[in-house]
Amino acid sequence: MNKTYIIIQREFLSRVQKKTFVLTTILLPLLIFGFYALIIYFSVKGNDDLKVAVADHTGLLKDKLENSESVQFTFVEEKDPAVLQQSLKERKYNGYIIVPAGFTAQKGDSLVYASNSNVGLMTKEKIERRINKAYEKIRLQPLLAPGVSIKAVDSTRAEIALQVSKEGGKSGSTGFAYVLGFASGILIYMVLLIYGTMVMRGVMEEKTNRVAEVMISSVKPYQLMMGKILGIGAVGIVQFFIWGVLIMALQMLLPLFFPEMVDQAIQQQGSMPAMTNAAQQPGMLQELTKNLNNTNIGMIAGLFILYFFGGYLLYSALFAAVGCAVNEDPQDAQQLMFPIMMPIIFSFVIMTQALNNPDGGLALFGSLFPLTSPIVMMARLPYGVPGWQIFLSIALLALGFLGTAWLAARIYRTGILMYGKKPTWKEMWKWAFTK
Amino acid sequence: MALLEVQHLKKYYATQKAVDDVSFSVQPGSIFGLLGPNGAGKTTLLRMITGIFYPDEGNVLLDGRPFQAETDILRIGYMPEERGLYKKMKIGDQAVYLAQLKGLPRDKAIAKVKEWFEKFEMQSWWSKKVEDLSKGMGQKLQFVTTVLHEPGLIILDEPFSGLDPVNSNLIKEEIFKLAKAGSTIIFSTHRMEQVEEICDQIILINKGRKILDGKVDTVKQQFKENLYLLQTDSEQIPVTHGFTIKERDGHEWIIQLNEQTSVNEMLTQLIANNVNIKGFNEILPSLNDIFIRLVNGSQSASRQFQPVTA
Repeated sequence: MNKTYIIIQREFLSRVQKKTFVLTTILLPLLIFGFYALIIYFSVKGNDDLKVAVADHTGLLKDKLENSESVQFTFVEEKDPAVLQQSLKERKYNGYIIVPAGFTAQKGDSLVYASNSNVGLMTKEKIERRINKAYEKIRLQPLLAPGVSIKAVDSTRAEIALQVSKEGGKSGSTGFAYVLGFASGILIYMVLLIYGTMVMRGVMEEKTNRVAEVMISSVKPYQLMMGKILGIGAVGIVQFFIWGVLIMALQMLLPLFFPEMVDQAIQQQGSMPAMTNAAQQPGMLQELTKNLNNTNIGMIAGLFILYFFGGYLLYSALFAAVGCAVNEDPQDAQQLMFPIMMPIIFSFVIMTQALNNPDGGLALFGSLFPLTSPIVMMARLPYGVPGWQIFLSIALLALGFLGTAWLAARIYRTGILMYGKKPTWKEMWKWAFTK
Repeated sequence: MALLEVQHLKKYYATQKAVDDVSFSVQPGSIFGLLGPNGAGKTTLLRMITGIFYPDEGNVLLDGRPFQAETDILRIGYMPEERGLYKKMKIGDQAVYLAQLKGLPRDKAIAKVKEWFEKFEMQSWWSKKVEDLSKGMGQKLQFVTTVLHEPGLIILDEPFSGLDPVNSNLIKEEIFKLAKAGSTIIFSTHRMEQVEEICDQIILINKGRKILDGKVDTVKQQFKENLYLLQTDSEQIPVTHGFTIKERDGHEWIIQLNEQTSVNEMLTQLIANNVNIKGFNEILPSLNDIFIRLVNGSQSASRQFQPVTA
């Protein structure tokens, strides 16, 4: 049997069989899901029974304040604050507002919402918005020609979306591309860091445990290094796969647990000033699915895996080289890691640029240069990238990997058996480029 | 024909000559000792023989053919001085893994590991982790993983360091057995008493150069100083021209014969002088003495640090 394969097997199994692997792989999505569920739960349940008493001395607001499930306005005849305060204590209402006689809601005027409990920013805005809207309607009505209702005025509002079509291709939403690009860029960034350092620590472990010499007497250093890189890469793919499946499965379960969540979302969105029309909401969902269909998700997913592995291979070789140069001291690792971290962070910076200007010169360079392309190209992909650029970028990435693997193998060969003081960059350069 | 032949091997580092023109040959089935003070270049030499390092110059021949790292590596079992195993791995898995890397198929590797574990009474260790082992236990495990694939050439770098006398003996016995079964064993050490016990042949290197080569007996003869231990019951022995007294401890005397005097002549003389001889035997120099003499003789024993200029 091929020795590299045996090494891959060990590197893979020894990590996958660890308790921490099972914990992080299974528990992390559950934790994230639980966290979301909790947020949703509280946003749905938390504030649905806010009862506000309105003591309106002017009598103008009656029937003009919009009630919703989360905020209920009750008009009371009681004018005495002390009595109202008493009713708060009896928990008949959560708070009350007294509109003094002669209140006309001029600029700079304000009303007081009295409550026994703290009032959140969201709640305050909700009440504020409704009262302002009521006054708007009150003032709008006298201006309208006879026979024109406020409803009719509302219906004149236009809500169209601007879609971007590039070179006559399919139309897509820029916002959606932005989010998708950002998410995939960040994911690759995290993959490079997490699994790259995992390779580095693996190599350091071999070196400090002095098992390296035993291994090198049976296999070539190159086989040992590649076995480690590929084994950990396989761990990464399996972990991502499980995460993907779990998150998708949980996402589908979400509406089952919270059937009211969707309605709630519609209501909240509907009450936003920008989207008065509640019927808009299902349209949003439709648009999301449309966007998903328009952007070639299959292709992006495929390229994600390609860049995931390509970028990982490229960087993990460098991380392996750093790992073999380090002795016991983790601080040395920090120092030596720095030059490798630079291009990763640099890619991240280019990525944010590329998201705003996907066809700019910097974005183009970043998505072709092998050290930055995994992150930058992923960010550009949802906007649509010409085929030749993708091919060129992948070809360069493959070349880049061969380059770093060659370089790392030469440093590795010498470094893995070097003990004592931390090598300087000059020495490592010599390991790489002299026989 | 020699199993292993090393010809003019050289390995220079930037600041020092680690191995400087060393040649020797090892006969099949023999136990070969590689001696030298710390930093003499023993480990570098062994690493070149095992294919871990490439020599700058010179050849390593195995069975008369140039050493091929790819295939010949499987015929060599190497236990480095710095013992190392994967700490988090189960002991049984680890032994099987290393055997597989030496080319044994998995089922055969498992069978072999079981066999050796039984021999060393380690069966109960199988699913323990290496980090749970004591140093001596780790050594035993390391030895097992080295010889598991029945290599023709076993190279042990300081095999006894850190072992208690019981385990030390156990390993020594195994080394004898392996040699008897036809394996050739090379081991490096700076502990001379073990060498005298088990080695057929030794070489001594210092500062990268070979300074002694030969069979243990021959080497001792070569370095003998005509010293004899004489036990008598008399208080005084007459000093004749044939020998000089080096040391006296009660009724025991260490005497050195002159080159021309034979043992018989001296004894006849002593008997003629009414010395009652109770015991008499030759004192051969210990390898330890030879070692120290040679190493000290070639200037300072250890290499001096040189500033790194590279």
